[in-house]
Amino acid sequence: MRVVYLDNNATTRVADEVREAMLPYLSELYGNPSSMHTFGGQTHRKIEIAREQAAALINADPEEIIFTSCGTESDNTAVMSSLESVPHKKHIITTRVEHPAVLNFCKAMARRGYRATFLPVGKSGKLNLDELKTSITDDTAVISIMHANNESGVIFPVDEIAAFVSSKGVLFHTDAVQAVGKIAVDVKKLPVDMMSISGHKIHAPKGVGALYVRRGVRFSPYIIGGHQEKGRRAGTENVASIIGFGMACELAGKHLQEYTKVKELRDRLEKGLLQTCPDSRINGDIENRLPNTTNISFEYVEGEAILLRLNEYNICASSGSACTSGSLEPSHVLRSMGVPFTAIHGSVRFSLSVYNTNEDIDLVLKIMPEIIKELRELSPYGREVKEV
Amino acid sequence: MWEYTDKVKETFLHPKNVGEIENPDAVGEVGSIVCGDALKLYLKIDKDTNRIIDAKFQTFGCASAIASSSALTELIKGKTPDEALKVTNNDIAKFLGGLPREKMHCSVMGYEALEAAIANYRGEKPPEVEAGEIVCQCFGVTDQKIKRVVKENNLHTIEDVTNFTKAGGGCGSCVPDIEKILNEVWAGKVLAEAVAPKKKLTNIQKIAMIQEIIEREIRPLLQADGGDVELADVEGNKVIVSLRGMCTGCLMADVTIKNIEKKLKELVSEELIVEAE
Repeated sequence: MRVVYLDNNATTRVADEVREAMLPYLSELYGNPSSMHTFGGQTHRKIEIAREQAAALINADPEEIIFTSCGTESDNTAVMSSLESVPHKKHIITTRVEHPAVLNFCKAMARRGYRATFLPVGKSGKLNLDELKTSITDDTAVISIMHANNESGVIFPVDEIAAFVSSKGVLFHTDAVQAVGKIAVDVKKLPVDMMSISGHKIHAPKGVGALYVRRGVRFSPYIIGGHQEKGRRAGTENVASIIGFGMACELAGKHLQEYTKVKELRDRLEKGLLQTCPDSRINGDIENRLPNTTNISFEYVEGEAILLRLNEYNICASSGSACTSGSLEPSHVLRSMGVPFTAIHGSVRFSLSVYNTNEDIDLVLKIMPEIIKELRELSPYGREVKEV
Repeated sequence: MWEYTDKVKETFLHPKNVGEIENPDAVGEVGSIVCGDALKLYLKIDKDTNRIIDAKFQTFGCASAIASSSALTELIKGKTPDEALKVTNNDIAKFLGGLPREKMHCSVMGYEALEAAIANYRGEKPPEVEAGEIVCQCFGVTDQKIKRVVKENNLHTIEDVTNFTKAGGGCGSCVPDIEKILNEVWAGKVLAEAVAPKKKLTNIQKIAMIQEIIEREIRPLLQADGGDVELADVEGNKVIVSLRGMCTGCLMADVTIKNIEKKLKELVSEELIVEAE
């Protein structure tokens, strides 16, 4: 059965062009880029091309790109490097809706004696910029705020934040894992010091990412060892994946304009669901949102049950409900946004890519009202109260 | 993705006995929409034969909650209330070919709904609402419930208490209280076993008890701080342990040894002395 994949904020399919670009480096071209011989050395040249491709996607200079193993490593590295470059400052500012790669890292730092401020968000997931401004002190070393949220798709005004933060002389990192490839990101216009990118969110394979570090920003490596990446990230390069990542960045640049089409599909899906499923609502600021993401709550039913019913039709989505989180706690993002528990448990996130089609959306629109209706028939809630 | 058995999937996709019973003889309601799962059980009980002739449910929750509810109704139909009460949460899980450990609380919810329904039938108050103090504020779990589930399912870790009751799965602030309850339930048992043979412990019994107390009572506490301990040897009344992990070279190592000694003296024998290897 055909898979209808609407979970692209979780991961994406590897593009055919990416896989083709990688294959030689998984077979005959297995050399180590650090080797002196031509056989190994030729892969080094390919890595530098990948660096140019990645840089071009965000309008950076190639030497400002460090390849890493994933978005999480990029995030951890950025915060750690910032703390080490200003050792006398002990304060970190971030938000309550960050990805765990930043959130839990900051919590871990807080246990090691740093002070961490976790900024709240409003009902629609927006940050209160005044609160951010007043929380900056002379002791603040780094501010890490995501570009776009993985669950709600809400885009933070990082340009405005970055401009203000740089005037304060504080380092600013943004986790742009969800934004890059879906909206235009230009570091010449966006005065961030560091930015995280992940490969598998933009049709490269899992296990590769990048950290943008603006020229002139003091950097201290997180993974220590050999001289790879000019001593900024040790470890023999993941050659094939880096080459694939480069190709994926080039494709992402070309595909960016297709996101108007992705947005049309998303909007059709969203409108259709809101019309056909009563007691449903969108979570998050619909004005400032990624074009591919919609997070919808269906009251009185539980997210995991919805996902498993969708699974019967090979439709892939995700949920913020407690039962899908691996813990008993529902989504920290939706809770921070003040979404009532009843709505969080029934939340479903659909996230599209350029590979989705009208047929995909048609199938969801056909199936979903039925699923919600059936599950509500099972539920003790949400039915009209009978007259006693 | 949870590893559900085919039976769980099948039961979730095609649950039996869904809905309400008009003029039911008993209704049991547990959980809440805020907690993420809730179950309302309706029973029809024949007055003459004293048997459950119909059972239906409405459930808000995940696949395993819905499957557990369906399993419960199938298990209790045709039974008398007393017979039905003998159905345990484990029977529900078994009926479904097993549940993921993290989802065992769904089977516990099924049992509680049954208990509540039968209490309602008999004109009593639901058993756990009145008894006990709330330990886990996030999910409203009482100490009585934790104790009962711990005993019935032979649980020894905080993680399992969370798997079976959800307690501790929210903010986590009640974890120390759960640990205390676990210690109460099992220390009582170890102590009872220890008191009975009174000084007539054979060497093998003594070593077994020491080993058990170190495993159950002491190691989890040390491991929580990144340390660990192993029993190295027992020579007469001298217990030789070796500290591991963060305990190695820790300034507090002496205090740790004293605490281990105190616990072993209390639970095994007053004469024991503990030394580090």
